Amino acid sequence: MDKKNVPLWQIFAVFARIGAFTIGGGYAMIPIIQNEMSRRGWISEEELPDIVALSQSAPGVMAVNISIFAGYRLRGVKGSIAATLGSITPSFCIILAIAMLFTSFKDNPWVIKAFKGIRPVVISLIAVPMVDMARKCCKSWWAWALAIGALLLVAFLNVSPIYIILCVLVVAFGYTYYKEKWTR
Amino acid sequence: MDTVTLFLQLFGTFFLIGAFTIGGGYAMLSLIQGEVVTAHHWITESTFTDIVAISQMTPGPIGINTATYVGYDVVAQATGSHFLGVCGSLTATLALVIPSFILVLLIVRFYTKFRSSVLFEGVMGWLRPAVVGLIGAAAVILIVRTTWCQGVPTFTVVEENFPDWKSWVLLAAAFAASYWGKVNPILVIVAGAVLGLLIY
Repeated sequence: MDKKNVPLWQIFAVFARIGAFTIGGGYAMIPIIQNEMSRRGWISEEELPDIVALSQSAPGVMAVNISIFAGYRLRGVKGSIAATLGSITPSFCIILAIAMLFTSFKDNPWVIKAFKGIRPVVISLIAVPMVDMARKCCKSWWAWALAIGALLLVAFLNVSPIYIILCVLVVAFGYTYYKEKWTR
Repeated sequence: MDTVTLFLQLFGTFFLIGAFTIGGGYAMLSLIQGEVVTAHHWITESTFTDIVAISQMTPGPIGINTATYVGYDVVAQATGSHFLGVCGSLTATLALVIPSFILVLLIVRFYTKFRSSVLFEGVMGWLRPAVVGLIGAAAVILIVRTTWCQGVPTFTVVEENFPDWKSWVLLAAAFAASYWGKVNPILVIVAGAVLGLLIY
């Protein structure tokens, strides 16, 4: 199929479907995207790892980045807008409905009980991917120092995570740049 | 506060979060918490925990879900209008997406050069451990509240999330189930809700 002829509404519809069935974040989206897009001949099997790698390294929501990139491949900037709006529309509608209803449900005794049980559980669900990531990427003493330092600054000194990322970016950029220049 | 200022703040805050989140959805949670809970006090720790739970159970990226929820909640609380709440929701969600949009389209142009560069790999090698720390902090903040008074910190448990010993047992059980048992997160949350109904 000629990529230039893919209608924008179809890009929107396919990404809306991908968005509606992805529970659990960007990585859960990858097999669904692969299935939907290679079936239509929109991307080749070899292209997908590239798209994923790029989407991971760009800032922001990974699933949205995948949509922007894949949409761009199909129909340029227009395609990327259609894909992005498509992938965020289902969750936007669902969350908006929940947000509007939750205020009236919040004081229901059953809801209070259920959320009393849910809250501690959620904290574990944040901690588990952290431990997994730490095992993968903290392999030297300075990586541990960086991780623990960031944790202490944000958790106990109320430093904004944005400053941490900004500082690490500047220092890492400078260090890598000069190291490269030196060894060359 | 006047409504226009609130909308501008909402846009600016989520734009920054979108621009500076590198390292996936959980890293974004840390930034959202830092801005929305710690800096602006738009929502409390326990509401933030509830939103994370809801986001995990509904489709779509956790960052988008949180932006949508917070955008509605903050504006609807401040103005009492559902319509303005919906506008707030749209503002926060689009603000979160716009930086990615600009940056991904820029990166696409320099794609091959960008990916293979030593510089990029070097920077990511620093950034990943920092992101681990940020995610850890997000979890810690939901457990312990730190207040500073004349240079002396006081630590208190976040009562809304941990009212009694049963919640610590739930925390440990959920960690074990998720980490060693590899149980699906949605199932863990549903189990938490059922246990909450039974024991409270």
